[in-house]
Amino acid sequence: MSSANPMDLPGAPIMAPGQSLATVTDKVSGVVLTKKTGLAWLGGFAIAFGLLQLMLLAVVKLLFVGIGVWGVTIPIGWGFDIINFVWWIGIGHAGTLISAILLLMRQEWRMSISRFAEAMTLFAVACAAFYPVFHTGRPWVTAYWLFPYPNTMGLWPNFRSPLIWDVFAVSTYAAVSALFWYVGLIPDLATLRDKAESRLLKILYGMGALGWRGSIRHWHNYEAASLLLAGLATPLVVSVHTVVSFDFATSLIPGWHATIFPPYFVAGAIYAGFAMVLTLAIPLRRYYHLQDFITMRHLENMAKVMMATGLVVAYGYLMEAFMAWYSGNTYEMFMMKNRTTGPYAVMYWSLMLCNVVTPNLLWFKKLRTSIPFLFCVALVVSVGMWLERFVIIVTSLHRDFLPSSWGIYAGTRYDWAAFIGTIGLFLTLFFLFVRVLPAISMFEVKTILPGSGAHDSGGRGEEA
Amino acid sequence: MSDPAPTVAIYGLLAEFRGPHEIVAGARLLTEKGYRKVDGYTPYPMEDLAEALELPRSVLPKLVLGGGILGCLLGYSLEYWASVIAFPLNVGGRPLHSWPAFIVPAFETTILFAAGTAVVGMLALNGLPHPYHPVFNVASFAKASRDGFFLGVEASDPKFDRAETRGFLESLPGVVQVSEIEP
Repeated sequence: MSSANPMDLPGAPIMAPGQSLATVTDKVSGVVLTKKTGLAWLGGFAIAFGLLQLMLLAVVKLLFVGIGVWGVTIPIGWGFDIINFVWWIGIGHAGTLISAILLLMRQEWRMSISRFAEAMTLFAVACAAFYPVFHTGRPWVTAYWLFPYPNTMGLWPNFRSPLIWDVFAVSTYAAVSALFWYVGLIPDLATLRDKAESRLLKILYGMGALGWRGSIRHWHNYEAASLLLAGLATPLVVSVHTVVSFDFATSLIPGWHATIFPPYFVAGAIYAGFAMVLTLAIPLRRYYHLQDFITMRHLENMAKVMMATGLVVAYGYLMEAFMAWYSGNTYEMFMMKNRTTGPYAVMYWSLMLCNVVTPNLLWFKKLRTSIPFLFCVALVVSVGMWLERFVIIVTSLHRDFLPSSWGIYAGTRYDWAAFIGTIGLFLTLFFLFVRVLPAISMFEVKTILPGSGAHDSGGRGEEA
Repeated sequence: MSDPAPTVAIYGLLAEFRGPHEIVAGARLLTEKGYRKVDGYTPYPMEDLAEALELPRSVLPKLVLGGGILGCLLGYSLEYWASVIAFPLNVGGRPLHSWPAFIVPAFETTILFAAGTAVVGMLALNGLPHPYHPVFNVASFAKASRDGFFLGVEASDPKFDRAETRGFLESLPGVVQVSEIEP
């Protein structure tokens, strides 16, 4: 039973005053239905689509020549591909956190940001999936050791390998995120169907809405389904980055073989994810005039989550260094010394600057509520999280046990093309999403309007 | 709205209410009167309205539990079969049936099947997809997905009487308009 009206809590409101059911519908659906395709949208889309062509180039070259076009060699068998895979998967976590964990905790401010954060999750997972698939070099022959299916060779995947766990974790995550997102869209697609003027749009949105008519009997099952999906997605989102961290932690490489990895990876994922949500939310609310729904309160709350998870990540860095020293293990101690003073020391110290120093600036309310500053911090955190994965993967591999097998790694131009290309893919999908689908969950926002009656005796998330 | 000839069968009557509190009060009165084939149409979920119409608890959680258990069993059986029976692989003498390593994929298939059941089950229980429904024939019904609150009484309800039910609906506080739903 939520006793306090969410609108009365201290701080900025979670919605600008004066909203009604009609204004919520009109403002949010208007972005899709009545607003003209603006020049800024076209320009942004053109840039994103241009970057996507780099990915095409990188893939074509890779498939013609082989993964020799990438910088990965022995001993550094994992490079940009795994760095970027972990980076993208991590970014996705914020969407599920907002839509599942914050739903279970009845954080009502999440409602206006959950839709596009979930979309971000899907697009980030799509970008992440690109890397392991193409790292195999020939994706069309790799299915049999990734997925268990009866093949003519009679071979089955090795379920004792964390890499197979990862296949299961990531594909389940992608599937469940897509289901959760689509279920959330159904009532809003019905709104678009009812509001659209053109017959074609009515049919298209109507097909997506599946004939939704807002029946209370339907809502009744729908609410149960949302709550169950949130309950299922919560352990799932924690498990995904845990399993990703097992890829490293179950090996014996100094710098990887650490029990702190699962919690430290999950915190890092949420940290990176909230940075990306902020990066997207700030221009989105400004360009589409959604400041009434994505208020300073949202930005500040996201900044707080980012800072809190940033501190957990900083603790992870500290523990890595501490355990290296405390273990007394020659190789672990050397790994830490090599990280801080070796050939990649610049990366390590930049990482400290981005991920340990920068989030602490958010302790100051003045800085936390400055939108340009927040935007910059979010970008710095994204860079920092990329550097983190670079440091973990490359510095651990390049000088492990035997100096005779040491090496140096750098991404080639095809590595960079693929990376920038996936950023293009992500942005292209996001631009299309905001143009054709409601970026804010209208029906959920309506439940927190004053006098909506949805919460008089409990509301969304209080089925039992 | 002028009444068509009373001989034409209708699907039911649809009453539009001014707001969320009025519709809940109206639903309580209809339930008290003994109407059972009543459905509310609202722009967002309202637990109070579900209570007022005395809807039974959703059976979805039980289906999802079943889906989850099935997913867990299928996932684990697949792992056991692939690792022990179909393709036994000796890696450093480790047991073929390495159950701790099998937990992670089995957990993932549990979640996958449970979530799939939640979505398919929700759609099945709701009878969706269902593109055509008589309520869409009422012109003002497009508001139900925006800011309209409607209660529909079906003609198949034993207590339904075209004139009497209409009169009762019109007498409810906060009713804006009562329309007939053509089949």
